[in-house]
Amino acid sequence: MLLRHTPKEIVERKSLTVNPAKTCQPIGAMYASLGIHGCLPHSHGSQGCYAYHRSTLTRHYKEPVMAATSSFTEGASVFGGQANLLQAMDNIFTIYNPDVIAVHTTCLSETIGDDVPQIFGKAKTDGKIPEGKYVFHASTPSYVGTHVTGFANMTKAMVDYFAKQNGHKENRINIIPGWVEPSDMKEIKRITGELGIDFIMFPDTDNVLNSPQTGKFEMYPKGGVTIDELISTGSSSGTVALGGLASGPAAKALDSKCKVPCKILDLPIGIKATDRFVDTLRKMAGVNVPESINIERGQLVDIVTDMQAYFYHKKVALVGDPDQLVALTEFLVSIDMMPIHILTGTKDKKFEKKILSLTEEMPHDVNVKSGGDMYLFHQWVKNEPVDLLIGNSYVKYIARDEDIPFIRYGFPILDRIGHSYFPMVCYRGAMRFLEKILDALMNRIDRDSSEIEFDLVM
Amino acid sequence: MTNIPILKERKKQIYHKGEGVFDLTCDTKSLAGSVSQRACVFCGSRVVLYPIADALHLIHGPIGCASYTWDIRGALSSGPELHRMSFSTDLRERDIIFGGEKKLYASLVQLIDTYRPNAAFVYCTCIIGIIGDDVDSVCKRVTEEKGIPVLPVHSEGFKGTKKDGYKAACESLSMLVGTGSVEDIGKYAINIMGEFNIAGEAWTIKEYYENMGLEVVAVFTGDGRVENIKRSHGALLNVVQCSGSILRLAQIMEEKYGIPYIRVSYFGIEDMSKALYDVAAHFKDNLGIMKKTKEIVRNEIDTIYPDLLRYKKALSGRKAAIYVGGAFKAFSMIKALRSLGIDVVLAGSQTGNKDDYKVLRDMCDEGTVILDDANPLELSKYCIEKGADLFVGGVKERPIAYKLGIAFCDHNHERKISLAGYSGMINLAKEVYSSVLSPVWKFAPQRMISQKNMTRR
Repeated sequence: MLLRHTPKEIVERKSLTVNPAKTCQPIGAMYASLGIHGCLPHSHGSQGCYAYHRSTLTRHYKEPVMAATSSFTEGASVFGGQANLLQAMDNIFTIYNPDVIAVHTTCLSETIGDDVPQIFGKAKTDGKIPEGKYVFHASTPSYVGTHVTGFANMTKAMVDYFAKQNGHKENRINIIPGWVEPSDMKEIKRITGELGIDFIMFPDTDNVLNSPQTGKFEMYPKGGVTIDELISTGSSSGTVALGGLASGPAAKALDSKCKVPCKILDLPIGIKATDRFVDTLRKMAGVNVPESINIERGQLVDIVTDMQAYFYHKKVALVGDPDQLVALTEFLVSIDMMPIHILTGTKDKKFEKKILSLTEEMPHDVNVKSGGDMYLFHQWVKNEPVDLLIGNSYVKYIARDEDIPFIRYGFPILDRIGHSYFPMVCYRGAMRFLEKILDALMNRIDRDSSEIEFDLVM
Repeated sequence: MTNIPILKERKKQIYHKGEGVFDLTCDTKSLAGSVSQRACVFCGSRVVLYPIADALHLIHGPIGCASYTWDIRGALSSGPELHRMSFSTDLRERDIIFGGEKKLYASLVQLIDTYRPNAAFVYCTCIIGIIGDDVDSVCKRVTEEKGIPVLPVHSEGFKGTKKDGYKAACESLSMLVGTGSVEDIGKYAINIMGEFNIAGEAWTIKEYYENMGLEVVAVFTGDGRVENIKRSHGALLNVVQCSGSILRLAQIMEEKYGIPYIRVSYFGIEDMSKALYDVAAHFKDNLGIMKKTKEIVRNEIDTIYPDLLRYKKALSGRKAAIYVGGAFKAFSMIKALRSLGIDVVLAGSQTGNKDDYKVLRDMCDEGTVILDDANPLELSKYCIEKGADLFVGGVKERPIAYKLGIAFCDHNHERKISLAGYSGMINLAKEVYSSVLSPVWKFAPQRMISQKNMTRR
């Protein structure tokens, strides 16, 4: 389909995005908010915004996604959205009774210049916020940054509004997991627990967006970080932030607000990045790495050893978000694959430099771009085909048109399940990643081999 | 769950048939703070125009609106696929301050030069209404320079409800209608309106009409082509389905070209047959058309009836909740489900109007709950209270139904199988049957208590 409409020749475009590799801030803010227990995300803007975010998240997770909206009208766009937000808070606490409302703005409310903290002040004066309930907000204009920025801003807002020092440092670590799946958050918690470390993770969508079938509709599923825990993050002894773009701002805010020192690491995707994560936890908490984790690591390395011939110099094209792509590129290079086209829709100054340095010793040129789109990505693939594509569901068009094996990874995944239940981070997640890579490559060998070559043992 | 409170302001949008005076409030904006299942003006315009496959669809605004609507509707095309690409001016902070007109112009020129589309639609999103880009004059300029119609769609998200988006789309379409030649259009020509070719449904319907001896000039907008739309004023009758979305265009065409319209539905045997008969009845001077129609209806029903009876036997006595976009669809669903022996205990829509809800009330049995612009809590409350076995709805309702342990049938734009026409009725029966009697309910807590003895027949 795209084949017909995507010419091989690359022409510079200054003012046009075709087939985006990104979306807008508010959906990231909504996803982060869902990682707070008993939280109702609230979109301060038109009704359509939140309907699209809910639909997209629902398609990605196959779960109910609850959120509310200020339902802007023409009047609100002229006179500001204060009345809408006040009425909304009143209605939400009356009927949906959340512990906390997480407000994010939209291009509309940002442009008309609504001052959300001032509106909160008015709500407090008017007694619209019941005792023991909370409201907080992040500014997430759609014309700045991308969905990743929205996630980062909402996560930082959790710190800005809630984190408090209680006078002494607790022997506990904050973990900011970045924009990863509920399954990944669960895995990061498991590893940290395995090390015997007391921790608080925020946001935490495990058990929110991968909740079990119970026969009941739970407006607020069991998972998520609590407000009390968010408050306590200010008295933890340190913070480990995974993914500089998604988690960095919150970690830094926690450092400057509550003097909680932080380490900002890559997402723990692959051997090296997970090593760094585990090592950082070990040092920060002063614990020893248990044998169980060594075994997991050893099993991962064992798979790479066994299957090295299949990985060797296979060309890969990756599209997704910067934090994921940096870690993934390092992983692929470390197993002797060649990521040659690497593109993200999110603009990030450091991205291209990092990728180039990670691929420096790879015997192949690399196309890398931050702030690109799927159209350009497809053109790259047309100009130099690869053995494997990795990206969100929209890459399936390219995979079909160019007949290239494809692994779904990233956001959104609209046409497969698994991402909410099976992690792709840490050692076990890396094992699953390898399984997926090998399945894709070997299925292709099976498909393409002649009857004579068709091999049972691989 | 059944004890949840209902907002005071919401009470007027909920009616229990048989209780009190019927005066349902509707056609209102959603209450701020409601977890409404509705969308915006842009969404309304986008869904109506999207299936026109040889047109360029450029979304003018920040990236989100383009990302969320990139190829999410299964509106099939038999030829060009340009509509499945996502084009956005991707406005950034700078553009919000200095305006986006230059970007819009440059984008249009580049896209038209690259793809040579037969027309272009420019969708205005929220922000355009605030920063005040003169989209009309940019469109006019590009129309003159490039020689194809470039049409603005005034679909700023906050300027009303999804219905206003339908209207904005109709107004853009009306600028195309009447610009093509009608020379070779015959005496028995119709337009199919409000049929978006989800899962190929427009093809099924078109085939019925053609077999009746009619000529279909244009389909609005399933598998749509600009050339056909341009000459659609040559038709003698507009056949309007899904009335909410495209009724405005039918009205414009009646005023401007004197083309009468009738409202039909293609869901369920009863409404499908009525649609064909009503259209045939319009062409009184050609008795052959009615004769052929009767043959078609008889043949089609004969073909599916034995299967239908089998499904009915298995499904009889089950209860359904319906929550759809337009109320007109709800009417057909009620009839279609009844023909499967299923009673409707909850019926609601996102965008129904007063007349729609009166019809709905008259159709429903005593005790049925009728809802306008419902939220998930209300939907789950009444589903449980009324003991629904099946939920008919869209993407946001599916996981709620499933979590409650209730079967689901997608009647929205994400459905993968055609539910229109006679073959669609069997598909519907099959889908409902497979979900209502799925063995998974034996493992789902809700069902373990209430329906232990369910087995497939």
